[in-house]
Amino acid sequence: MESLESASFEPLRVSDRLARKALRNTKERVIEALLFAAAGVSVLTTVGIVWVLVSESYHFFTVVPIWSFLTDTMWTPLFADAHYGILPLLAGTLTTSLVAVVVAIPLGTTIAIYLSEFARPAVREAVKPFLELLGGIPSIVYGYFALIVVIPLLQLLIPGLPGFNMLGAGIVMGIAIIPYVSSLAEDAMRAVPMSMREGSYAMGGTKFQTAVRVVIPAALSGILSAYILGVSRAVGETMIVAVAAGMQPNFTMNPMEPAQTISAYIVQVALGDLPHGSIGYQSIFAAGLSLMLMTLLLNVAGHFVRRRYREAY
Amino acid sequence: MVGNIAMRSIDRPDRQAATPTAASVAGAPNAHARDARSLPDTPPVKAAAENFSFYYGQFQALKSITLPVYEKHVTALIGPSGCGKSTLLRACNRMHDLYPGNRYEGAIRLLPDNTNLLDPAVDPIEVRMRIGMVFQKPNPFPKSIYENVAYGLRIRGEKSRSVLDGRVEEALKGAALWAEVAHRLNEPAFALSGGQQQRLCIARCLATDPEVLLFDEPTSALDPIATASIEELIDQLRQKVTILIVTHNMQQAARVSDFTAYMYLGELIEFGRTRQLFVNPVRRETEDYITGRFG
Ligand SMILES: Nc1ncnc2c1ncn2[C@@H]1O[C@H](COP(=O)(O)OP(=O)(O)OP(=O)(O)O)[C@@H](O)[C@H]1O
Ligand SMILES: [Mg+2]
Repeated sequence: MESLESASFEPLRVSDRLARKALRNTKERVIEALLFAAAGVSVLTTVGIVWVLVSESYHFFTVVPIWSFLTDTMWTPLFADAHYGILPLLAGTLTTSLVAVVVAIPLGTTIAIYLSEFARPAVREAVKPFLELLGGIPSIVYGYFALIVVIPLLQLLIPGLPGFNMLGAGIVMGIAIIPYVSSLAEDAMRAVPMSMREGSYAMGGTKFQTAVRVVIPAALSGILSAYILGVSRAVGETMIVAVAAGMQPNFTMNPMEPAQTISAYIVQVALGDLPHGSIGYQSIFAAGLSLMLMTLLLNVAGHFVRRRYREAY
Repeated sequence: MVGNIAMRSIDRPDRQAATPTAASVAGAPNAHARDARSLPDTPPVKAAAENFSFYYGQFQALKSITLPVYEKHVTALIGPSGCGKSTLLRACNRMHDLYPGNRYEGAIRLLPDNTNLLDPAVDPIEVRMRIGMVFQKPNPFPKSIYENVAYGLRIRGEKSRSVLDGRVEEALKGAALWAEVAHRLNEPAFALSGGQQQRLCIARCLATDPEVLLFDEPTSALDPIATASIEELIDQLRQKVTILIVTHNMQQAARVSDFTAYMYLGELIEFGRTRQLFVNPVRRETEDYITGRFG
């Protein structure tokens, strides 16, 4: 009885309230507009950056043909005989990123497995702040850590290793991206429902078998996303490679050698080695565009990975 | 019948010597339950709880349970929500070890070797290798149908493809799933329907030949047709394996089980042959519950 009564009253009261609260409507519109503006700012920024990169690169490519940009194996914008082949910078970026990934993926995954599946809650709570701290260290500090600590150590192991090299820079860059990989991978693993682990334990599985054979496959899409994020960070990382990898464009994928990455080149130009407006200066836009396309590619790959391995539990 | 008694009288002497407690369970005086001694012609005991109590931290969820589980028969645990059915079931394969703060008291013995499953010296993994479990919600692994069934064998180190193939097929047939999945063993298990997933989880257990199978409300997430097929399957499985099943559904308990235990607030109120317990319960509480006059 009572519920019937209130049900028949409800619509009346609601419409009444709506009519009288025009003020609230305005308020909601203002809030919506503010939220839209906030979203709009980030969209506009992206569009603006892409616009600048593309239009400036267009000027650059009217002077340097796109074909030679993509195939020339020399990058010598400072020389009288200037060459603008992106390949040396690309090789530098890929090599340092590869070294970083080789360090960060095994370590990051191991840490994630440990924290998600093995560590007691007290241990986990104690370790996580350290990882966050690791992620919060400015990359310039990492750069000098590579130059002053890691490379001298590597030189003890590998005689004849130059003072600037991609190996040392890549290893430290790997350490720097471990927290990103481990925390995302751990989130993905902890999201796996307990019932799935129980299924494995009930079959007589050990902790390790459960983690490796059940939890990881179940969290695969999240874990792969973590890897892809790690790779994009490595590709875009600037200060560590600028400080420790040397600033010489060098068309090689041998990590024992010094080289320059795309991002490090942009820093170099931004530091003022080339006059504004010159074609050499404009080359940073072409380099930046290349970098952006690589990251975009990784994001697209990440999207497909997530779709392909979406958790179905 | 006669054969059964004869078998037990052959069994008895050495078991009494080796396993005094197991024998005492079979004929334990129990204040509450219609005890096993008063049941004529019981089959051999496969597992038995003896004064088993369980604590979640400070909270005592089970109070001194003494209960036999007979070999190659189905024993049902019934009782209102929260009475401790799942807790008892999950103690049988040491599932509670996975979470901190849980404490066992008393014993759950597994025969014929009379191991106390709860003994801290007993490796829970050994226990789980002997006792399989099917959960309320089907929980297949994120793997192919084939790999789900092969899982238990693989973690036991079996590598031979022909052995695996044979056991997977056998287990899927045992779980009445082979005909439906034979042509798509490499498809992900998640592609199966709920009822098929639950039978896959049963096949997963069967593949490793467990001595006891635990079922925790295995059909509560399934539709009536899938439920009927699981019940039919349990009916067949009893010929090979000892089954302990928790169910909320009293018709289901009546349909599938040989013995039934009624629990209430962490205590075992009554235990007996299913027909007897449903038709002619000894305790008033049991009668109230099964006739729906409860609470
Ligand atoms: N992890 C836990 N921590 C603390 N108490 C728990 C925990 N799990 C269950 N309990 C309590 O133990 C008692 C028994 O729970 P249990 O899950 O065994 O009941 P049940 O008979 O299986 O109920 P249902 O039919 O609803 O599944 C309940 O009072 C419950 O609240
Ligand atoms: Mg339960």
